[in-house]
Amino acid sequence: MSITKATRHISQNEGLIFEKSSPGKAAWKLPPLDVPEVDAEKLLGSSVRNDLGEMPEVSEIEIIRHFTRLSTWNYAIDLGMYPLGSCTMKYNPRVNEVVVRLDRLANAHPYAPEKISQGALRILRVLSDALIEITGMDAITLQPAAGAQGEMTGLLMVRAYHESKGNARKKILIPDSAHGTNPATAAMVDYAVENLKSNEQGMVDPAALAAQMNDDVAALMLTNPNTLGVFEHEIAKIADILHAKGGLLYMDGANMNALVGKARPGDFGVDVMHLNLHKTFSTPHGGGGPGSGPVACKQILEPFLPSPVVITKPDGTLGFEYDRPQSVGRVRAFYGNFGMFVRALAYIMANGPDGLRQTTEDAVLNANYIRKELTGTFDLPYSTPSMHEVVFSDKLQGKNGIKTMDLAKRLIDYGFHPYTTAFPLIVPGALMIEPTESESKEELDLFVEAMKSIAREAENEPQTILDAPHNTRISRLDETAAARKPVLRWKRPS
Amino acid sequence: MRYLPKSPTDRAEMLRTIGVGSIDDLFAPIPAEYRLQRDLNIPRQMAESEIVDWFQQRARENGEGYTTFLGAGAYNHYRPVIIDALVSRGEFLTAYTPYQAEISQGTLQAIFEFQSMICELTGMEVANASMYDGSTAAAEAIMMAVRVTGRSSAVVARSVHPEYQQVIKTYATHQGLPLSTVNFAENGRVDRAALEHSITSDTACVLIQSPNFFGTIEDVSAIADLVHSKGALLIVSIAEAISLGIVKPPSDADIVAMEAQSFGVPLGFGGPYCGVLATRDKFVRQLPGRLAGQTTDKQGNRGFVLTLATREQHIRREKATSNICTNQALVALMANIFMTVYGRVGLRELAKQNLAKAAYAADHFSKEAKVLFAGAPRFHEFVVQTTEDPSVLNSRLLGHKIVGGFPLKRFYPELGNAALWCCTELTSRSAIDTVCGLLSEYEESAKTNEPRMQEVAQ
Repeated sequence: MSITKATRHISQNEGLIFEKSSPGKAAWKLPPLDVPEVDAEKLLGSSVRNDLGEMPEVSEIEIIRHFTRLSTWNYAIDLGMYPLGSCTMKYNPRVNEVVVRLDRLANAHPYAPEKISQGALRILRVLSDALIEITGMDAITLQPAAGAQGEMTGLLMVRAYHESKGNARKKILIPDSAHGTNPATAAMVDYAVENLKSNEQGMVDPAALAAQMNDDVAALMLTNPNTLGVFEHEIAKIADILHAKGGLLYMDGANMNALVGKARPGDFGVDVMHLNLHKTFSTPHGGGGPGSGPVACKQILEPFLPSPVVITKPDGTLGFEYDRPQSVGRVRAFYGNFGMFVRALAYIMANGPDGLRQTTEDAVLNANYIRKELTGTFDLPYSTPSMHEVVFSDKLQGKNGIKTMDLAKRLIDYGFHPYTTAFPLIVPGALMIEPTESESKEELDLFVEAMKSIAREAENEPQTILDAPHNTRISRLDETAAARKPVLRWKRPS
Repeated sequence: MRYLPKSPTDRAEMLRTIGVGSIDDLFAPIPAEYRLQRDLNIPRQMAESEIVDWFQQRARENGEGYTTFLGAGAYNHYRPVIIDALVSRGEFLTAYTPYQAEISQGTLQAIFEFQSMICELTGMEVANASMYDGSTAAAEAIMMAVRVTGRSSAVVARSVHPEYQQVIKTYATHQGLPLSTVNFAENGRVDRAALEHSITSDTACVLIQSPNFFGTIEDVSAIADLVHSKGALLIVSIAEAISLGIVKPPSDADIVAMEAQSFGVPLGFGGPYCGVLATRDKFVRQLPGRLAGQTTDKQGNRGFVLTLATREQHIRREKATSNICTNQALVALMANIFMTVYGRVGLRELAKQNLAKAAYAADHFSKEAKVLFAGAPRFHEFVVQTTEDPSVLNSRLLGHKIVGGFPLKRFYPELGNAALWCCTELTSRSAIDTVCGLLSEYEESAKTNEPRMQEVAQ
């Protein structure tokens, strides 16, 4: 083996913060109180609290070291390629972090009078307009907090639309390649889920769809490009089949990074879709959020958008419109994850139309480069052309008892974050690789070299892979024990 | 484009390797009629300096130098600078959800500490890694209670944040989950007699907020006794996390649905914030959202993993406890650092300052106007009824660079000219005194004008 991207180095040990705590240490200092002291006991009576239990007492330098040490145990995009398929781990520009912290944006209260919220409202408006143009849709809500909540919002609108026609309908069609959030969301808005089987190319089969389509179907939830990274080229026909029977086409925009500036869902028959600002529009994943899941729709669905919406008032200023009788209601408090809007808009501005197009082209170029370089080394279950991601399987390595998760764990030793494993479900032992546009040719070549080297190890020294990772602080963790006897909080040892 | 790490030569070389003539060949799977042949109509590519300038202009349009008395679910607290210093580290900022535990121990241990501190503060036994915000946490808590009890309806106090109530309604509408509301009594607390009547054998849970939307602290223990005697669960929503520093934790609740924005998360025009759910150990398998758990590796080293994933959508699909996937990890980290900075003593002292400011303000306001719900303890918010319409009053205050309380007419018309005022440790005595002066000016002139107005009317 030859690992060229990474070298082992010292990493600091660090306990839990509770283990560093001792009475009398403090990292805080309050200014003197400019009003009379109060007797909390007297004011609150039996509601008063006197003891905060095991909350830690530590100094500032200890906190800095604690979290800095913890941080060094993480892999991150800032360290290297993060080829998680369907997750779109792209560069998170730092100017985004600067503008979101501008004082009057960071400290804007959501209920501040509209008169002194015009800057924030303008950001909502400009971002909305840009996303409508990018998707080719007619209207948008920025309120949903993440992709899954965007799905819920979109399906609520689908339901409200059908109800307005007199029949809410009963079910949602979902391809077997879909993200787990799709069926979970359909269940949350009380639709039954009907599975739609993919054809040999890994795509929706229009004939099968036509056979399953009837008046009970409210919508089809489709990811396009789908989770194989394949563009559903029959998309217009798919839309026609749905529309002919009064159904709607919902698009999961998780893979929008393959389309921005090159094709618009609104042009190919999509009625409603969500975007993930934390995927396509560069807002940071932050170790699992915050996300943001705006929902864009066609005119026919506009009356059902969550309340409130931003309007231009007669005097030319912007404001919120709450009086929307057909709205599906509110999906979260206030207006959505505003901080993510600021970042996404800064990203769009840094790119402009030419930059966004080049970004999409590079994302597709990178995926196809990896596909070309690794085909043969790994099994390619679907030979349909790839867009922004490529899905291999562990079939060739399986004969030595090596599974996709083992390969992924070994990739860690080579200095990379693993790809997405065991998804989509239609590919047994999937290796789902999405490089994004953020990788240079050098980084891609290192990745290809690592994958080829691991494939050789699978042949020659499979145990090395089965025991991986070798170079991390900890080895594979006992997940079974974690789930059987969950320890979910620290308690003082007795 | 400055974020793209490729030269034209790199691209040409890669296309050659792939074996295609041009980039367009790779887009051939998209039918030609749907391939965009023009530039998107969006702002042109801007330099970094232009972007910063554009957002600075927007920031200026948001007004500068205002003192605010707004709370109502979004609170203005001081944020220790080390929060941003630490969350800006790329290893936290640009990491994905910690599914690959071996290279995510930093995020996982931080989540474990977050869960532990939330348990300490709320008096619950287990807490999740985060939810979107306080409103969706409350909605998910109700759905969780339905799963736990096998009952199907819920009672929601009218003194819960009105926007939380709206979100709950949206979530419940299509779940076959009828909602009823229970009013507040004279003292601003939940009307217990009315509550007793509204709980039926089908009631899965009762949701209250404490401190409630009016800032009033509920008698959680008494309500818990009542709710439990009817076989239902009690959910306590907490919109102001700082209150936990000095207000008895809702230990008698079955589920706590929290908003942790006050713990070091910027107001940010309403988001991203940080919801959390906490509950009893026995309900953990019905808890939605991610959970970090402690375990060991092959060498016996302590480590942390995401656990009990069989509750979640990527495993259970349509049978999952919730569709939640991405949550609020980085915001939870802010809250985590905030809790660590203030800790066992500081959080109580901070809460006490909030209490003192609000007590001073309510006391002085009550000389000029009517402060409602005096009969029960409050934390740092209170409802003020004025002769003047609060939106008119607020326009007047705005001229003095003061943002007044949140007018309640839209949600509670029966309270008349009422507004919800909030004081935090950042509210200065002089700002409170200024408002009192302006209130007094109007009330005086209203009094002197009143007889004359009556004469005119006659």
